[in-house]
Amino acid sequence: MTAKNAIEARNVVKAFGQGDTAVRALDDVSVEIRQGEFFTLLGPSGCGKTTLLRLIAGFEMPTDGLILLDGQDITYLPPNKRPVNTVFQSYALFPHLTVAQNISFGLEMMGKPRAEIAARTEKMLALVKLEAMAGRKTSQLSGGQQQRVALARALAPQPKVLLLDEPLSALDLKLRQAMQIELKRLQQETGITFVFVTHDQEEALTMSDRIGVMSNGKLQQVGTAKEIYTTPKNRFVASFIGETNFLAAKADGTKARLASGDVVDLAVPVSGDVTLTVRPEQVRLASANEPGALPATITNLVYFGTDTHVHLALSDGTEVTARVQSPATGDAGLEKGAKAAIRFAPGAVQVVGD
Amino acid sequence: MAERRFSATRLPGFATIAMLAFLALYIPILTLVVYSFNSEVTMGNWGDLTLAWYGKAWANADVKDATLRSLTIAGLAAVISTTLATMAALGTTRRRAFKGQTFIYVMINQPLMVPEIVTAVALMILFGLIKTVTGVHGLGYLVLAHSAFCIPFAYLPIRARLEGMDLTLETAAADLYASAWATFRRVTLPILMPGVIAGAMLAFVVSLDDVVITEFVKSAGQDTLPTYMLGQMRRQLTPEINAISTGLLLVTVAMLTAFFLLTRKND
Repeated sequence: MTAKNAIEARNVVKAFGQGDTAVRALDDVSVEIRQGEFFTLLGPSGCGKTTLLRLIAGFEMPTDGLILLDGQDITYLPPNKRPVNTVFQSYALFPHLTVAQNISFGLEMMGKPRAEIAARTEKMLALVKLEAMAGRKTSQLSGGQQQRVALARALAPQPKVLLLDEPLSALDLKLRQAMQIELKRLQQETGITFVFVTHDQEEALTMSDRIGVMSNGKLQQVGTAKEIYTTPKNRFVASFIGETNFLAAKADGTKARLASGDVVDLAVPVSGDVTLTVRPEQVRLASANEPGALPATITNLVYFGTDTHVHLALSDGTEVTARVQSPATGDAGLEKGAKAAIRFAPGAVQVVGD
Repeated sequence: MAERRFSATRLPGFATIAMLAFLALYIPILTLVVYSFNSEVTMGNWGDLTLAWYGKAWANADVKDATLRSLTIAGLAAVISTTLATMAALGTTRRRAFKGQTFIYVMINQPLMVPEIVTAVALMILFGLIKTVTGVHGLGYLVLAHSAFCIPFAYLPIRARLEGMDLTLETAAADLYASAWATFRRVTLPILMPGVIAGAMLAFVVSLDDVVITEFVKSAGQDTLPTYMLGQMRRQLTPEINAISTGLLLVTVAMLTAFFLLTRKND
């Protein structure tokens, strides 16, 4: 038997409103989230990622479709009957309880014996390094500490799946980066399946085992960070994750002719009118007489510290951005208006759907 | 330079008007309190400073009887009206906005809008009818009447507290295996508590103070402290009334202070 699915969504539809004004927040979404993986739902706000999370948590019921947990149908099970816990975006810590009481809340509700609750709460406090804060009210904690209480509270009942709804969005950059590492560590130490929702592609790329990219209520692509970055399935995925260039072309086998007349090599043979994508860091500046080099003109230079973005125009005016390492001294011949040539790294040109 | 925003405190004469308003509010009360220590019977004369009127009021069996009845009614009315008001507040805030919502608010707050004297006469007639038909007498009628007009006073602070509460907290409790009842007991009610206590205190004070409805509804021998005082005025006015008033004032001020402390935002 292959790795079991912790969560499976089958043809899930969630419509809000009725009749003509109904909005499909989720439009026939199917996804399998494996046991013990760090799975991220990534997409812009309003893409349906939080709705999917709320359906898994049981806060909402789908209009159609099924939600399975460990192969069991939990579609219509109320949230308090699901072995699934949530870390809320606003943390939603109980203001009238102490840190320790917040953490033990779930265990108490499950009716665990007193001794077990105490031991488990201790363990969770240690896991998130908040032993010294056990007796504090949550309002006395910093944002980062509140975040850790929310995590400990959700992990304490040892759920089969932990849902995280943009939990890092309220933290400043430094703290967010520290918490990313912390989250990854907690996930590996506990072995619990994490389903993480974010609109931040960098967060998704650095933490996830696999990512599901969503837009307009549909799951666009599921894969590892590398798969999604290097072989995006469509225009949306290519442009939402990282920066990229789009080029219209007519393909015939492994050759494609751009609008400028230049011919580029494709990794996978295809034919007809296609959209090509190539990441800026895969665009190299070349010398004009190099084989396969495309003549271009530098239209702008944007300095980013270690990198410089070189904006170029091909002979027909098609814009291409190259990301090159900033030269240590001087401008290494990079100059606005100067003639240049570019070359795409082997295998870097991908065909994307619309 | 940044433009100054409009502020009432900068209007000409603000301080003077504020001062006059405060004087108008507090001079009568101050006079009452001061004269409760006057040994002379008539207001025109000032004798010695004395606590005699307090002693006299304390020893007065009628006053004791009326005070006890007032406290009983206010206590029961506060508990009943607060319970109902809590239910009403939960019913009107824990849902999406619906048609006729304002109408429901108006219905709940009826006692604030219908002239009290009208309610008083209406209750007198209805209760009189019931008393004649059933032959049942007792304090119950007063408790019922007080509970009814106390509801909006209990309802408003509770609703304010509920509206300020983050609903995600209830979702979080459900997520952490709490049943609907456990969520209410362990999360909603504790967070609501300051509002509930504030509502109960306000209801208690309002009941304690009532004259109009009580005067119309009470049977013989059912005087509360305010109606007893009203009755005394018809006979002979002595500073004993001032002493009783001051005592009532103390209780009310203590409770209202507690009310404001409880409804402060930063808890």
